[in-house]
Amino acid sequence: MSIEIKNISYTYMPKTAFEHQALKNVSFTIKEGEVTAIAGHTGSGKSTIVQHLNGLLHPSEGQVLVDGTDLNKKGSEAIKARQLVGMVFQYPEHQLFEETVEKDVGFGPRNLGVSEEETEKRVKEALDFVDIDYETYKDVSPFQLSGGQKRRVAIAGVLALKPKYLVLDEPTAGLDPRGREELLSRVWGLHKRKKATLIFVSHKMEDVARIADRLIVMNHGELMLDAPPKEAFLEEEILKNAGLTVPATVRLLTELKERGFAVDPAAFTMEEAARRIAKAVKERRRGTC
Amino acid sequence: MTVHGDGYMSFIEIKDLTHIYHAGQENAKEALSKVSINVEKGEFVAVLGENGCGKSTLAKHINALLLPTDGCCIVDGMDTNDVTKVWDIRQQVGMVFQNPDNQIIASVVEEDVAFGPENLGIPRDEIKKRVDEALKAVDMERYRAFAPHLLSGGQKQRVAIAGALAMHTKCLVLDEPTAMLDPKGRSEVMSAVKKLNKEQGITIIYITHFMEEAAEADRVIVMEKGKIFAEGKPQEIFARVDDLKRLRLDVPLASAIAWNLKKQGIYIPDGIVQEEELVEALCQLK
Repeated sequence: MSIEIKNISYTYMPKTAFEHQALKNVSFTIKEGEVTAIAGHTGSGKSTIVQHLNGLLHPSEGQVLVDGTDLNKKGSEAIKARQLVGMVFQYPEHQLFEETVEKDVGFGPRNLGVSEEETEKRVKEALDFVDIDYETYKDVSPFQLSGGQKRRVAIAGVLALKPKYLVLDEPTAGLDPRGREELLSRVWGLHKRKKATLIFVSHKMEDVARIADRLIVMNHGELMLDAPPKEAFLEEEILKNAGLTVPATVRLLTELKERGFAVDPAAFTMEEAARRIAKAVKERRRGTC
Repeated sequence: MTVHGDGYMSFIEIKDLTHIYHAGQENAKEALSKVSINVEKGEFVAVLGENGCGKSTLAKHINALLLPTDGCCIVDGMDTNDVTKVWDIRQQVGMVFQNPDNQIIASVVEEDVAFGPENLGIPRDEIKKRVDEALKAVDMERYRAFAPHLLSGGQKQRVAIAGALAMHTKCLVLDEPTAMLDPKGRSEVMSAVKKLNKEQGITIIYITHFMEEAAEADRVIVMEKGKIFAEGKPQEIFARVDDLKRLRLDVPLASAIAWNLKKQGIYIPDGIVQEEELVEALCQLK
């Protein structure tokens, strides 16, 4: 089972003075259980792609198949296929609207006619997953929570719909470093524990390196690169043209390598980079003695 | 801070400032608690702190978008509590917010930059001159006739900065201006801000969650739950790795690695915050 993007092109406002082709013949397949990161600068077409994944936009040309169903088809089959894909937009906390956390998270399932008993169960599970205590917060207004908490409640609202594929558009933007860390590990846990298929948009190559199996780089509506992060980070030129940077650890180690240290730059965490530097420093010392 | 004679005032003086949202109501919430800060003219100050610690509340006091519940905020000798001074204060202190799409109002870049001075009733020729200068200062002259929605996030933020410059603002308060930008946009905004600070002496107050950006400031202020937790040079602040982690913050990569290497017994000098400094220090090792 998979999401197949087949040769899609998308043009905004066709046949007007504002006509703009946002996607040009893009193809890729997202397999169940994978974690895919999509990166690119503002206007590269990444948000346009993301909106195709659950049929918010339909391609001008080409097809999007979710578990084999074309989202552009009429009828209940396409609607069901769209419901398999949950979408967490940028700044999802701006979409909170209910009076209490419980009502906000339960809104989706209730709206789809899920029984009250099942809804309650899903709300508890979803809140538990994003580390918001049900008993403490269920009757609290979502607007009284902190920024990081609001975002996690908003994500719980999507999780309560039990999507098979979860799409997150820049989930960590604007969070403090710890908040970013917590959210990433929660999302990662969703994949690890529940085998969720994740697709996330991010500018932060450090985040990509930590959790993605695969990185798709977009530039001017075209797919420029589709590779595991470790390979993708070596394509410095493509990344640079796409307005992206390699992770800071890779940049630092590359610089040291050029200055004569025996280090392999493919390290993506601070600890790993420090370990490699320490090793190179000690070896160098031994060499010069 | 140098001590001057009687009557000397810093450019911004915040004294025992307390701010309570919904004061007197059931849902009252104290966002700032007796905060005191001085900022000198031409200084570049970065403000760090976890989400909800009061950074934005503090920022909004500096141009009188919010008024203190208690204490005071004085900008260039003018008290924000003095209603007759509000417009003078706002002309001196320009604000740039996180979301570039929420602060651009005109349909052409140069009209957006001209909006502020037009509102002040400044003559047309003078406005034209100011718009030219402002767009040049942020390296956006080429885009003067563009529609803002055709610009990237980093370009939109620079237009927002130009809008403040056209008001001949003396101070820019930027509240997470790069949070929504891609890496290229972030570095464009950061270099524009640094240039304005260095070349035009504009006072900068820069709120951010990016430690690498804060490392470029003259002084870093760390907030915790509505109070000032620490302030000092980036080198001093980023040496306090454990404190910052406890406050849900981080340190720049170079500081973190230097700290880690030191723990492994490798000699690295104190005060490393930039990657180049770390590379140099490692090359000096014998």
